[in-house]
Amino acid sequence: MTRVQHIVPSAIVTFVALWVCLISYTQQPSEPFLFPRLISTLFLALSLWTFGKAVLGLSKVGSGVSLAMMRNLAPGLIVSAIYVFWAAKTLGFYAASTVAFLTLLTIYDPSPHGSVNTWVRRIVITAVYIAVMYGLFAFVLKVYTPRGMFI
Amino acid sequence: MEFLSYFGEVFTPISMLLLIGGTVGGLILGATPGLSPTMAVALLIPFTFHLQPVHGLILLGAAYTSTVAGGAVSAILLKIPGAPANIATTLDGHAMAVRGQGARALQLAFLSSLVGGVFGVLLLIFLTPLLAQWALAFGPSHLFWLAILGVTVIGSLDSDSVVKGLLSGSIGMWLATIGYDDMQGVQRFIFHDALGGGVNIIAALIGLFAIPQVLTMFAKGWQDYGVESIEVQRHPLSAAVHEVFSRTRALTIGTLSGSIIGLIPGVGGQIAGLVAYDQAKKFSPEKDKFGTGHSEGVIAAESANNAMVGPSLVPLLTLSIPGSPTAAVLLGGLLIHGIFPGTDLFDNHPEVAWPFINSMLIGQILMCAFGIYIASFAARIAQVPQSIMAAAVLGLAVFGSYSVQQSMGDVYVMMALGTMMYFLERFGYSAAPLVLGLILGPIAESNFIQGSLIATAGNGQFQYFFSGALNLLLIAVVVVSIGYSAMMEIRNRRVAA
Repeated sequence: MTRVQHIVPSAIVTFVALWVCLISYTQQPSEPFLFPRLISTLFLALSLWTFGKAVLGLSKVGSGVSLAMMRNLAPGLIVSAIYVFWAAKTLGFYAASTVAFLTLLTIYDPSPHGSVNTWVRRIVITAVYIAVMYGLFAFVLKVYTPRGMFI
Repeated sequence: MEFLSYFGEVFTPISMLLLIGGTVGGLILGATPGLSPTMAVALLIPFTFHLQPVHGLILLGAAYTSTVAGGAVSAILLKIPGAPANIATTLDGHAMAVRGQGARALQLAFLSSLVGGVFGVLLLIFLTPLLAQWALAFGPSHLFWLAILGVTVIGSLDSDSVVKGLLSGSIGMWLATIGYDDMQGVQRFIFHDALGGGVNIIAALIGLFAIPQVLTMFAKGWQDYGVESIEVQRHPLSAAVHEVFSRTRALTIGTLSGSIIGLIPGVGGQIAGLVAYDQAKKFSPEKDKFGTGHSEGVIAAESANNAMVGPSLVPLLTLSIPGSPTAAVLLGGLLIHGIFPGTDLFDNHPEVAWPFINSMLIGQILMCAFGIYIASFAARIAQVPQSIMAAAVLGLAVFGSYSVQQSMGDVYVMMALGTMMYFLERFGYSAAPLVLGLILGPIAESNFIQGSLIATAGNGQFQYFFSGALNLLLIAVVVVSIGYSAMMEIRNRRVAA
């Protein structure tokens, strides 16, 4: 893992720590920020230490992020993000879950995409999964999920 | 012997149903590589929200017990530990399975888990009330230091880097301050509408433990692992029972080392199996057989990782300091029902505390019985492709986090925290101290405020927080745990170099 790989996350963490520290010490009234001041000081000190170690090339912990890993991860992460941050509310929980489940299954299933059997299996698995989720959350736990355009 | 009078609650139909459901589900989840016990318990928490506190805890306790034991199935039959706690089981268990002794290895694993587990729960039963009484002497300053201790112990012992572990803990404590301040109702760090009510603990738990595992499965890509399960042939159970009890040295070493490790806050089950395996090997006259399919290796490792379960709840139920990351998730499960560990739990909620603990005793027996019976079936489920597993866990995480408060904000928080944690973990940050910070943060803050008010009327803050035997003892433990972990980290780095 390169030094830059360590510098980027530690710089982000340090930036967040600085922001938290700044707000904790400048906001009024000050009483509600007494404990956050204590925590943010520690947060900033530790993040600066980590950032310093990363800059000096002394950070060794972790396996880092590789290009191959990101290439594998990206489609799943994008589908998950669209599902959670947009589709679940817009299309409805169950419709969005069906589409997301089938999409993820299709993306990461190593079986040949041209085979009819593969598609039948994927659709059956998706239908069973959604039926179980519907039964569990709609009937047993009585959770009213966002309806959206569908259900 | 107060616990005996609460055994009846465990045998009610609803409790037994949850106990059996939690045990069977936990065994299957535990046997599935990539799904950790902590994640399984975190995903179950939203369901407990719809149950009575006692029933919710019975379900979580059963799942905790059986996921740890269930990990042995894939360790033995697939050579993939279901959880980190089962790494040592793989060494001899799989070698036995390859030789056609899979059923024997599984029976030995579940029987020794039963012995270790029962011993661990008995320790929990007899030590917890004593420590809870001791906790009565604690004032706001002590409770503040205890909360800090909980975060620092897990932060320093459960992470590869002490500084990054403590940094994770401080991030968790900061996340706990987001929302409206309890005293004056002032907004703190609310930079998005989803955070108006603060960071919901359950959504955070699900996100921090489930989403990184989902993303890890995605990151592995389109691989067809081609993992093959070994056929399990029949083996007489009576012979396995005889063998477990004739290997008393391995069983005793495993049970005792697992119990002791469980009692140490933050150490957890990951190392219990490995320590017990190492000790059993050292004391065995048949050292050379270890690693080649020796039954003592399986017995020591499995009795240890289940003996750890009960004692890991002792510091949790008395002092709010979890003994393992899974115990930290259980603490979240207690707090969402408005139940606080310590004397409150045993004085004001004995009808919750004792049936929960008793159910873990019965759960050990059920775990052993179902484990032996469904092991080969569970191994087949454990071969479910990762593409299905990842999509299923993601859906469950979304529905579970939404169901708690029926809020989309919680789903956004869950996904955002989970994605952030996945990348942070790649750089040595750890989810367990972050969760502990999130859970213990409000306890630390309320006691810090109370202590500050008392101190202002008395001799000042420094005097209040830094004097008295108990305060100094707790501060010393904080310093020693950090110092010890830092020393070990430096030593390990030198050895590696």
